[in-house]
Amino acid sequence: MTDISMTVNGKAVSGSVEGRTLLVDFLRNDLRLTGTHVGCDTSQCGACVVHVDGLAVKACTMFAAEADGAEVATIEGQANADGSLNVIQQAFQDHHGLQCGFCTPGMVMSAAALLKDNPKPTEAEIRDYLEGNICRCTGYHNIVKAIMAASGQDVGAIAAE
Amino acid sequence: MPKDGGIGAATTRREDVRFLTGKGTYTDDIQRFGQAAAVFARSQVANGLIKSIDTSAAAAMPGVLAIFTGDDFVDVGGNPAGWLINSRDGEPMKEPKRPVLAHGKVRHVGDAYAAVIAETAEQARDAVEAIEADIEELPAIVDMAAALAGDNYVHDEIETNQCFDWGWIEDNRAAVDEAIKNAPHVTTLELVNNRLVPNAVEPRSSMAEYNASDDSYVLHTTSQNPHLTRLLISAFVLGIPENKLTVIAPDVGGGFGSKIYHYGEEALVLAAAKKVGRPVRWTADRTESFLTDAHGRDHVTKIELACDKDGKFLAFRTETMANVGAYLSNFSTATPTFLHGTLMAGNYTVPVIYTNVKAVFTNTAPVDAYRGAGRPEATFSIERVIDKAARELGIDPMEIRRRNFIKADQFPYAGAAGLEYDSGDYHALMDKLEQKVDRAGFAARRAASEAKGKLRGLGINTYVEACGIAPSNLVGVLGSRVGLYDAATVRVNATGNLAIMVGAHSHGQGHETVFPQIVGEMLGIDPASIEIVHGDTSKIPFGMGTYGSRSLAVCGSAMVRATEKIIAKASKIAAHMLEASAEDVEFADGAFTVKGTDKSVGFGEVALKAYIPHEFPIEDIEPGLEETAFYDPANFTYPAGAYACEVEVDPDTGQVSIERFIAVDDVGNVMNPIIVQGQIHGGVGQGVGQALLEGAVYDSEGQLLTGSYMDYTMPRAADLPFVEIDNSCVTPCTHNPLGVKGCGEAGAIGSPATVVNAVVDALQSGGKDVTHIDMPLTPGRVWAAMQ
Repeated sequence: MTDISMTVNGKAVSGSVEGRTLLVDFLRNDLRLTGTHVGCDTSQCGACVVHVDGLAVKACTMFAAEADGAEVATIEGQANADGSLNVIQQAFQDHHGLQCGFCTPGMVMSAAALLKDNPKPTEAEIRDYLEGNICRCTGYHNIVKAIMAASGQDVGAIAAE
Repeated sequence: MPKDGGIGAATTRREDVRFLTGKGTYTDDIQRFGQAAAVFARSQVANGLIKSIDTSAAAAMPGVLAIFTGDDFVDVGGNPAGWLINSRDGEPMKEPKRPVLAHGKVRHVGDAYAAVIAETAEQARDAVEAIEADIEELPAIVDMAAALAGDNYVHDEIETNQCFDWGWIEDNRAAVDEAIKNAPHVTTLELVNNRLVPNAVEPRSSMAEYNASDDSYVLHTTSQNPHLTRLLISAFVLGIPENKLTVIAPDVGGGFGSKIYHYGEEALVLAAAKKVGRPVRWTADRTESFLTDAHGRDHVTKIELACDKDGKFLAFRTETMANVGAYLSNFSTATPTFLHGTLMAGNYTVPVIYTNVKAVFTNTAPVDAYRGAGRPEATFSIERVIDKAARELGIDPMEIRRRNFIKADQFPYAGAAGLEYDSGDYHALMDKLEQKVDRAGFAARRAASEAKGKLRGLGINTYVEACGIAPSNLVGVLGSRVGLYDAATVRVNATGNLAIMVGAHSHGQGHETVFPQIVGEMLGIDPASIEIVHGDTSKIPFGMGTYGSRSLAVCGSAMVRATEKIIAKASKIAAHMLEASAEDVEFADGAFTVKGTDKSVGFGEVALKAYIPHEFPIEDIEPGLEETAFYDPANFTYPAGAYACEVEVDPDTGQVSIERFIAVDDVGNVMNPIIVQGQIHGGVGQGVGQALLEGAVYDSEGQLLTGSYMDYTMPRAADLPFVEIDNSCVTPCTHNPLGVKGCGEAGAIGSPATVVNAVVDALQSGGKDVTHIDMPLTPGRVWAAMQ
């Protein structure tokens, strides 16, 4: 077992893990931050995306011990300080960018990473960036729309009736 | 305009807040003190004789609490088929037992033959590796035609691989043969409806708890229908009395059909929780999901369309082999029959129709209903052969469909495939589609594509589906072993707010938002004062859950009926309060008023009176304000639509890109447009996935070659366009109180043929003599077809 400590959503945490313990399991099982999900075993689905030292990372693909000393952000820490939804979360609600909600935390975390690097992405840039996030419910239509809206773009004309 | 937050309002979803902040509670998120983990030992071979299983080394591994094998379940029941199909000769279908754990033989890769319960999942996984199973590999039965012809059986005791040989409608067979023999034109098409893996992004998961003090169980599980799961476990598999078993489906991360069914893992964790005296959880990894979730589709079909020289349809004749896999999943026998054969009239007047379906056991995962379930297969066959016929006869694809549509004034229309459609206007749908497609501009768009070296095609498609599953009397005659009503309890609290307990289960459909919109409008109260309770058999009435686009049409109708009972009782209480007769009291906008006066009492005051019944006519009216209704539909509902797709095909690579997708759907009255549009987006995504990307592939030894997201191509964001949606053509359902038809499956039913029709059109425009390509239309297949 290895003792590790890190900062998660601004709070210092520590634990004792096996060498094989994945970051996602440490978050879910030890810290009880179950908003980060596991949808596959091959780093394809993106339901487990978190930020490690500011970069989007699939938490199923990183050992917990590798995050020792890191700054980790998860979906549970994304809302505004007053508890209200942040701009991306609010856009997902406003534009029905989620259905079953299982892929949603990963989508929101990926969208946040995209918009940090590219504040006004085109539709094509958003679709390409989401290559590592699978959603089975929405056909991505409203996810792409929500991310465009979150970046301040006018989405009123998209596939209007 | 709809009222604020009422019926028809584009209300955003209240449930989103928990999902967007990581506060959803999915089964795998639930952790209990002292919980143990289950991991399964699964067959690596498709067909094998279990000679021995030695668990002694595994039992000695660290953390191991118990090990189960098939021997532990020989005295309990099997997981049953929910629908009895009789063959053409009257013989009932073959129903081999589906045990909790394989016993004697393993029958598909992934078939579980043992399970380890340990302190942690890692320890259980290590111990599974230490189980020594001597399994003699036998030749695998994979190809359906070979399975029917051979004498190597998936289930030795039934001495055949044919589950049934079904004819619909058998009495029409001779007339159809005659019509085809004498027809001026017959178009024939052989096609494959490709096998799909549902792939809800949340893997299946089950957590069982046992309470020895009263011999009771609680099962949290990823289910679309917790009462059905409980019934199957109680009445068929483990025999746990229903009153001692609570089944809870909490937040569920997508289902698409795959979470309708009871699976052996649920029974295993229940038995294990009792044996080890601790909560036991199992969660599938993605590979287990691929290997053991019920797959979808997998038909091999020959369809013939007889028509006259003007393209007027005279008969359809279809022969299909439908793969049911190694065991009968709960609704596997209904899907290729009564959800497929009954839909073979499509949107058309066709004098005679005959469909023959042979269901075949193979050494592959069970196959069952997946979004659309039988209706995508019917639509694909019909609409592909019509497109081919139109080409052969030189008739425009919209025109040939219009010549054969059931006309708006012909409804209700009893078709030759046995269903009576209550309402529809297919010409209006096609007119709307034509208007949106801009056919006049297509030549210029095609020229622009050609200037880039691409071939452009336009695909047209229509569909009708049978939803709102289902009228129990009808499906009982047809072989269903369950009723398909649903139920709702409306509980008005003393302070006037509400809890509504519903049999439907929401796993993405937005019930928590939409159901309060409806009842809020009926009662004239704020929808925010209404909570929806679902998914817990200890709290909700006995309902049949969510699938078959039924939540609103069936459970929503039960909710309306229960609310009507609330209004009726509240009117009596209000009449007493107003010192008037009940006939003189009318209810509107949340207030009871004596007709022609300003004497009025609010809904909230009546609720309070019901629970604090002072000066109350206790001899005439019970206190309290809570009503339950069960609703059993009089008929299916019949959503319909007209779809178009424009594709570009790269003739050098065979790559297909979707340039436009237009979906015009009549789903009846719309309760919340953003929810309806979202359902259609998702359905189209899955349908386009089937057409272009997805396909489960077994090799000749029965190994699943597409067993992960690296091998099975899930649609990604860049594979799909924005979908143009129109829901303005509305013919309300005539037999349910909201006039709703359902929208959950439409996109998946309407889109595969639309895409393939478009690709064939593109290739034809490039001078290629291609009339059909089997899905998925991968670049390799499209390129090969062009050579």
